[in-house]
Amino acid sequence: MKKLLAILLVLTMIVALGATSASAASGSVYWLNFKPELDEAAQALAAKYTEQTGVPVKVVTAASGSYSQTLTSEMDKSSAPTLFVIGNQAGVKEWGEFAMDLTGTPIAEELSTDAYNLYDADGRLVSIGYCYECYGIIVNPDLIEKAGHSMDEIKNFDGLKAVAEDIHARAAELGFDAFSSSDMDGSSSWRFTGHMANLEYFYEERDAGGWTECPASLTGAYIGNFKNLYDLCINNSLTDPKDLATGGHDAENEFKTGKAAFFVNGSWEYAAVSADVPNATMIPYYCGVEGEEKAGLNCGTENCWAINDTVSDADKQATMDFMVWLVTDPEASAVMVEQLGVLPYKHVPTSANGFLAAAAKYSDDGCYVMDWATNYQPNVDDYRAALVSALNAYNADQSDANWELVKTAFVDGWAVQYKAANG
Amino acid sequence: MKKRITGIFSNPLRRWFWLFLGPVTAAFAIGFVWPFIQGIYLSFCKFKLIKNATFIGFGNYISALSDASFRHSFWYTALFAVTSLVLINVLGFAAAYALTQGIKGSNLYRTVFFMPNLIGGIVLGYIWSMIFDGILSRYGTSILLETRYGFWGLIILMCWQQIGYVMIIYIAGLQSVPEDMLEAAKIDGASRWQTLFRVTIPNVMPSITICTFLSLTNGFKLFDQNLALTGGQPFIIQPDGSTIKTTEMMALNIYNTFYNSNSASKGVAQAKAVLFFILVAGLGLAQLAFTRKREVQQ
Repeated sequence: MKKLLAILLVLTMIVALGATSASAASGSVYWLNFKPELDEAAQALAAKYTEQTGVPVKVVTAASGSYSQTLTSEMDKSSAPTLFVIGNQAGVKEWGEFAMDLTGTPIAEELSTDAYNLYDADGRLVSIGYCYECYGIIVNPDLIEKAGHSMDEIKNFDGLKAVAEDIHARAAELGFDAFSSSDMDGSSSWRFTGHMANLEYFYEERDAGGWTECPASLTGAYIGNFKNLYDLCINNSLTDPKDLATGGHDAENEFKTGKAAFFVNGSWEYAAVSADVPNATMIPYYCGVEGEEKAGLNCGTENCWAINDTVSDADKQATMDFMVWLVTDPEASAVMVEQLGVLPYKHVPTSANGFLAAAAKYSDDGCYVMDWATNYQPNVDDYRAALVSALNAYNADQSDANWELVKTAFVDGWAVQYKAANG
Repeated sequence: MKKRITGIFSNPLRRWFWLFLGPVTAAFAIGFVWPFIQGIYLSFCKFKLIKNATFIGFGNYISALSDASFRHSFWYTALFAVTSLVLINVLGFAAAYALTQGIKGSNLYRTVFFMPNLIGGIVLGYIWSMIFDGILSRYGTSILLETRYGFWGLIILMCWQQIGYVMIIYIAGLQSVPEDMLEAAKIDGASRWQTLFRVTIPNVMPSITICTFLSLTNGFKLFDQNLALTGGQPFIIQPDGSTIKTTEMMALNIYNTFYNSNSASKGVAQAKAVLFFILVAGLGLAQLAFTRKREVQQ
């Protein structure tokens, strides 16, 4: 009996060792996914790839807003992610040393543009964009018409203001309001502290001739323009500004159900809103800047793939093969495009995302693209948290003193957080 | 005969004791002792990942102690811990006392009071933030706008959650007070208050020891509820753009420091965590020593 047991044990060990070395030889993929909305599709794609090639692919999706925490703990494990996201310059600074140089690799060869790639100080290509997005103000043109206006009236801030204020003033009569709610809880505040704030950064960046790294401070030259648009949003909305602090309003649903004509958000919302509002389109952040009639949407991405340089060569190769498969295989790339919108790769299908089509239309018409200068926000979580706190106070009491606090958190807070992140 | 039985049972026990103790010891070593030692080591290091830590000496401790936000969070936490300690224990004891007086439906009340303890802190935090704001919005304000609302909001939340828990411990303590003592006090003509303070409370001192220990340490270690209810808001925005997170407690401060983008911040957070451990352990032990002295032997 003992002998039999011993033989069985030895056999099990041999089989186990064989299995381990087999998978080590061919490599495996561990994708730490950044986008929760992609999780289901990513899991299905991983299973399909394993079925086709036999290469194990594990997909773990970090909970919304906790990517950096998840990445920190996962990178310390012996089986660290082989594929992860470095989405901005702060990420390059923090994780760039763990990323493989992707210059000249098969996945880089597949790219149709270099616009969304991130390089480190030594010029190494540390991460490459896998989809790009745009944000601005989503509009329901049918409601604008219903209120007796036309989209042609909205070509700058004055036009937007006139339409929004008129709709808000007649909300009871019309049965809908101008803007959906601008909640300041964690699930919504990023639309303002991350996205709308971009208009200030973008125009500053443009004046400076472009940023290549995070500036140590801001001038705050366009903070008044941010105020223009922000005030318009909160004061012509379904929700009293005093009730925005802890949230609980469903802005997306307000827009989908025709309760609001404007919704501050991005291209990833297209799938969710287009079924109910088929004519939904997106307009730029009109905020009163001179020449803004030529403004386009805010286009960029934080979705950039990096390959972990510390894993085995076999794992790196397996990861590279998987990435190439995702953007070249007809079925896989179709799923990726359906989920993510436009992918900057040569062999992917065209996206049906109406908001990205609107972004392209603005560019074709000669409008300037507002790039994502917001990606430079230093010590982003703390910076945005301070801004949320100041905006909460301002929403409750729109006094000059409270706006000064917003300005301080926005402009001086940048310098403080820059120092905290780089000191 | 006796010797034979001992032989049969004790020898195998001696030989196999590691089989019984081993898993628990290993789990304790892997899950507590080793991370604890590593944590102390890391507090002297600069690191992004644990595997590439470099030793830098006491620098992290100097940074931690000179961090104004850490000092602020200490005083805020201390104030919170003391207030919640008193309220939770007084109200928990009162509930336990009332429910051991033979009121109709006592078991139902005990269950109802205990139930909040079964809900996770994050969920509770979000639910209560909605409850508080449902009320405060009528007055044009929010729990996120006033430090004192944040403070008392957290106190109410913690009382609601913890009172039922300490109540169960106090009920067990009250039920073990010898009947003959109470009866003797009654015969001797002691009033209800005299019986409570001279007989009952001295006899439930072991329960008081454990309950005060739990509520003191829980108060200091509080994280989930703090994160979900206010997340440190409101901030005082200082003229230079820096902020003071007025309702940030120590555990949340350590967490926020750890996930700061600065390359040195993880080591500083680790140093803060070690200081935090020393503080909580020291206070806990001091409190245990203090209340144990007041326990009586039955």
